[in-house]
Amino acid sequence: MSRPTGLLLALLGTLTSTGTTTTGEAILFWVLAIVMVAAALGMLFARKAVHGALSMVVVMIGLAFLYVAQDAPFLGVVQVVVYTGAVMMLFLFVLMLVGVDASDSLTETLRGQRWLAALGGLGLLIVLVGVVVRAEFGSPKGLTDANADSNPVALARLVFGSYAFALEIVGALLITAAVGALALTHRRRLTPRVTQRERSEARVKAGTAAGKPAPGVYARHNAMDVPALGPDGRPIEASVSRVLRVRGQEADAREYAARIDRVLSGSGSTRRASGAEEPAALQEPPIEAPGETVPGDGPGGDGVKEKS
Amino acid sequence: MSLTNYLVLAVILFSIGATTALVRRSAIMAFMGVELMLNATNLMLVTFSRLHGNLTGQVLAFFVMVVAAAEVVVGLAIIISIFRTRHSASVDDVNLLKS
Repeated sequence: MSRPTGLLLALLGTLTSTGTTTTGEAILFWVLAIVMVAAALGMLFARKAVHGALSMVVVMIGLAFLYVAQDAPFLGVVQVVVYTGAVMMLFLFVLMLVGVDASDSLTETLRGQRWLAALGGLGLLIVLVGVVVRAEFGSPKGLTDANADSNPVALARLVFGSYAFALEIVGALLITAAVGALALTHRRRLTPRVTQRERSEARVKAGTAAGKPAPGVYARHNAMDVPALGPDGRPIEASVSRVLRVRGQEADAREYAARIDRVLSGSGSTRRASGAEEPAALQEPPIEAPGETVPGDGPGGDGVKEKS
Repeated sequence: MSLTNYLVLAVILFSIGATTALVRRSAIMAFMGVELMLNATNLMLVTFSRLHGNLTGQVLAFFVMVVAAAEVVVGLAIIISIFRTRHSASVDDVNLLKS
């Protein structure tokens, strides 16, 4: 019986001694503190930079909540607008430009730098927490007097009053930064601009005015990765999008070539014997023989070998 | 709840930001660590402003935000121009000054 009352008295004592924090604010603080520290650690350990950026957004929004809870609604709004709205979007923009999949290389250029850095961070944490916890701050005064006619008005009096010169300098800094960013990212065009006219003329000159052959439309899987078949039944490599080819997502052209060859050889040996010369003679330049399979050089046997 | 809790939270965030800036090799992630440090400093300024009943701390936090925005713009522009010339955003690859 005496212990709960003593605890209650102690709690009441802390509440009256600090005076300005309420229970609601304490709950808000603890919830947000846990979320923010977790998100900050997530940023530290995130393998991909995009995940780190999103964790950073969580931390910044939490900070905005804490500003509003601490009688600084103007700063809370500015935090959301400037940091989560502008700065983090800029970060994400640059991340997309650099490549979303770009992740840290794990090779150490300085030996033991990672561990030394972690140790330094831990040491910094211990020292600063020690300083903050052991310092005597006196009883908090609160901002009710200072915020008598709303927080933005009171801040404006200070910013445009005693700090007007600093505001001017900051304005100059912002303009300099904007011009500097423009100058840094500006690229002079070295080659003449290629317009639609030049593109179409180049296509006509190359003889592909009607466009490249479209990929095959076998509805087995993503049909875009299946090469189209030429008149002789051989796959046309150029029909598959260059992007798919670079990524290595193209369906194996040799597999199709082998299948076609099997069909051709299976449909009748007499036809193959008589018509073996004919497709080779009629072969058009854009039709490329796939891989190592030389046309007419026993491709049927090759296909059987692959199958088994 | 004592206002010191806010300060401790700010210190924790500051240390995590500093560790991020030191550990991560990607320039963008290191930059984000710096941003976290600036944010933690802002939280500390706001808390001290409340502690002392003086709005100057909030004014200073406001200026820190503005300067941080300018810093981000220039820093990201530098990262982009380095990425264009060297095709890498890693801080290890920026070694042109090395003899």
